[in-house]
Amino acid sequence: MTISGNRFSKAVAFLFRRVKASALLQDNRSLVAGNEVPVAPKAARMLLPRRRMPHASVVLLATVIAVFSLVPLGFIGWITYDVGSETVKTLVFRPRVGELLINTVLLESFTIPLSIALAVTLAWLTERTDIPFARLWAWLAIAPLAVPAFVHSYAWVSLIPGMRGLQSGVFVSVIAYYPFLYLPVAAALRRLDPAIEDAAASLGLDPWRVFFRTVLPQLRFAVCGGSLLIALHLLSEYGLFVMIRFDTFATAIVDQFQSSYNSPASNMLGGVLVACCLFLLGLEVLLRGNERYARVGSGSPRPADRRRLGWFVIPAILLPLALAVLTLGVPLMTLGRWLYLGGTEIWRVEIGSAFLQTMALALAGGVVATIAAAPMAWLSVRAPGRFQRVLEACHYYVGSLPGVVVALALVTITVRLVLPLYQTFATLLVAYVMLFLPRAMVGLRASIAQAPVELERAAMGLGRTPGQAVRQITMRLAAPGAAASIALTALGITNELTATLMLAPNGVDTLATKFWSLTSEIDYVSAAPYAFMMVVLSLPLTLTLYKQSKRTAGQ
Amino acid sequence: MTVAVNRFPHLLALAASLLTATALAGGANAQDEGLVVYNAQHESLGREWIDAFTKETGIKVTMRQGSDMQFANQIVQEGDASPADVFLTENSPAMTLVDGAGLFAPVEKETLDQVPEQYRPADGMWTGIAARTTVFAYDKTKLGEDKLPESLLDLADPAWKGRWGAAPAGADFQAIVASLLQLKGEDATKAWLKGLKDNATTYKGNSVAMKAVNSGEVEGAVIYHYYWFGDQAKTGENSKNVGLHYFKNQDPGAFVSVSGGGILKSTQHVKEAQAFLKFITGKAGQAILKDGTSYEYAVGKDAPSNDKLVPLADLNAPKVEASTLDSKKVVELMTAAGLI
Repeated sequence: MTISGNRFSKAVAFLFRRVKASALLQDNRSLVAGNEVPVAPKAARMLLPRRRMPHASVVLLATVIAVFSLVPLGFIGWITYDVGSETVKTLVFRPRVGELLINTVLLESFTIPLSIALAVTLAWLTERTDIPFARLWAWLAIAPLAVPAFVHSYAWVSLIPGMRGLQSGVFVSVIAYYPFLYLPVAAALRRLDPAIEDAAASLGLDPWRVFFRTVLPQLRFAVCGGSLLIALHLLSEYGLFVMIRFDTFATAIVDQFQSSYNSPASNMLGGVLVACCLFLLGLEVLLRGNERYARVGSGSPRPADRRRLGWFVIPAILLPLALAVLTLGVPLMTLGRWLYLGGTEIWRVEIGSAFLQTMALALAGGVVATIAAAPMAWLSVRAPGRFQRVLEACHYYVGSLPGVVVALALVTITVRLVLPLYQTFATLLVAYVMLFLPRAMVGLRASIAQAPVELERAAMGLGRTPGQAVRQITMRLAAPGAAASIALTALGITNELTATLMLAPNGVDTLATKFWSLTSEIDYVSAAPYAFMMVVLSLPLTLTLYKQSKRTAGQ
Repeated sequence: MTVAVNRFPHLLALAASLLTATALAGGANAQDEGLVVYNAQHESLGREWIDAFTKETGIKVTMRQGSDMQFANQIVQEGDASPADVFLTENSPAMTLVDGAGLFAPVEKETLDQVPEQYRPADGMWTGIAARTTVFAYDKTKLGEDKLPESLLDLADPAWKGRWGAAPAGADFQAIVASLLQLKGEDATKAWLKGLKDNATTYKGNSVAMKAVNSGEVEGAVIYHYYWFGDQAKTGENSKNVGLHYFKNQDPGAFVSVSGGGILKSTQHVKEAQAFLKFITGKAGQAILKDGTSYEYAVGKDAPSNDKLVPLADLNAPKVEASTLDSKKVVELMTAAGLI
């Protein structure tokens, strides 16, 4: 349920901006125009003098947040040290861990390629062909984001009760998560320079070869980033896999938690999971490579031609149509059926209070996480460097952990060290901030990057202090990006389950936790209103996200 | 809702107000939380008890939902600082764990007197509040009476490979293993768990396991009795092909598990907590077991259970000392067997 990823910002940043890898390309014009961003550290250092920037305090803030983020990892390390190497060996090197590892590898290696194929095909159809109602299909392609992953599997299990195991896990994962690939791929396609394709065509390549040899390679960043995001999601997802009965590390950790609360066994499984996350992060860096895909010409590219589909339009429409039925039709239909069967009596008063509590938590968490991410986001744009990269990595890794691992650490720490904070909103918010920092970084980073540093300098030249300049210029210009960050974080919190269950104050029920306890008694009818309200809460957030992505992309 | 915010200062103001609102809501909660019950019983049964108790006494109760062993270990870690006043479980091993850590306050004699001796520990530090019996839920369309297992231990036989299911991660199942451990010893338990790992399909929760029997995925499952009765009372949709086989003959599979209730030593609400336990083991509380939707056995003296259930006395359960069931050892054995 946690959204995350070291490359998260890179993946979604394709929505917002074009990446230029070479310092030579960074001419003043593009900076003044405000929509071109240097990503190479060298270029940035050359362009952005460090003097007169309020560095020290920002670095300090970002460091504090980074140190907080390291708490769960430190906790696992401490438990590992505490129980001794013999216990670690018996708990880690046992057949059960092997089984879970095989399950995880199979799940990842089927889900990722399928999602890529689906997302690229769909993005190409909506962005590069004359398919009728392209905008509608684009919308429908990201709309599944508004349906929590475990509601997807609830809908499918209701429809086909026998669904279980690897196949079903792969199927529902693809359906629930492919928008995370579709978003960056579609954005990248929208911004590719068609001149390269023209050149390829003029050298005699047929359209298919043009696609595979020039277009596809240029999507590499978007595909890698999106895949990583989904891969990390699969590691940390709990509800989806429990519902269709497929064992992963996340489900096994929760089993251990319910059998023995905070045992070394669950923490060791968490440790293996962290190792898996790090492996995926490394793998992505390897696959992404260092090739440059940026435009080298001056001026701006013309919009790409849309390919005429001709008679192919019929199968072309069938794909997004079928997908919409699978991703939206099935959840809405099963939800509708349960709601109809339940009638009016399933709409209890608790639903209203759960809705309000979820909304308050989601928005408060979104705002706090965005504020917490601000120092790092500013640093990573304005003052990139080696130390900043380390800090940024600390911000990102924790978001790739399942909620249960972060919660276990916080439970033990608050019980033993800061008892007044045990089972309070404050601790719950801290957990949300940790889990969703990467989400919060995304929108902020991109929009801070679009606020020209010249304006800050001009403000300082007119007598503002550096702090005032940042607050009055950059922060205001970054506000739309902050809204996107809040929306993305709030979306995650609305669907969060395990951390909320463990950390929430007594008497607090969110839509997700109530839905969960009802479905585990297979009371699908009473659970339906909670699922429905989750979708209601998620829709405006998804809408915000969509609008923001279009807006920042200048469309 | 966030679209309207287009300036950072406004954003900060919004953050501040949201935080204040959340804090106020939290503060308000903390003030009139009333009695805090860590409820590992089914949420619906806990809710029925609490609502009836509040209606009768006017005492506000806040419920936190979790599972047996999770809460037991959590309470041990919380120690004297536990926010919980009362702890309710589905099975007794969790009670034994907390009792062993010396965290329970003695239950009032009047309350204990409401429950027969065999459904509560001799030390009187907690009491039984309900009971449930192990059954083999089987697919009536596939298994005839003659093909049913005679003993729970038979299920470890290779003949049963791939044919039955269980929910080993749940507290319910772990209580069954605990009784097996007490009745047959460690070696026999280990061997049976190995058979379980080899033969059985594992599910998350008893109701899901029963659903799998109903849909023909497995021929039978080891669960507790009342999931079937509960489903029959609703739509019957998940149990229409399912029959219940009672092992009887003092077989480990005829184990009757006692649900427990205890009062934390650290509570600031001793009077209310005692009143609550007295209420649920008393006439009104036990009547909820008879008339409500839980279909668990009533354990109070002269408290009748639901008419539809096979009477407790006829189950011919094995003699198990509930207050000594060893939960720690069970989790250890099950982890070693690769079940959790």
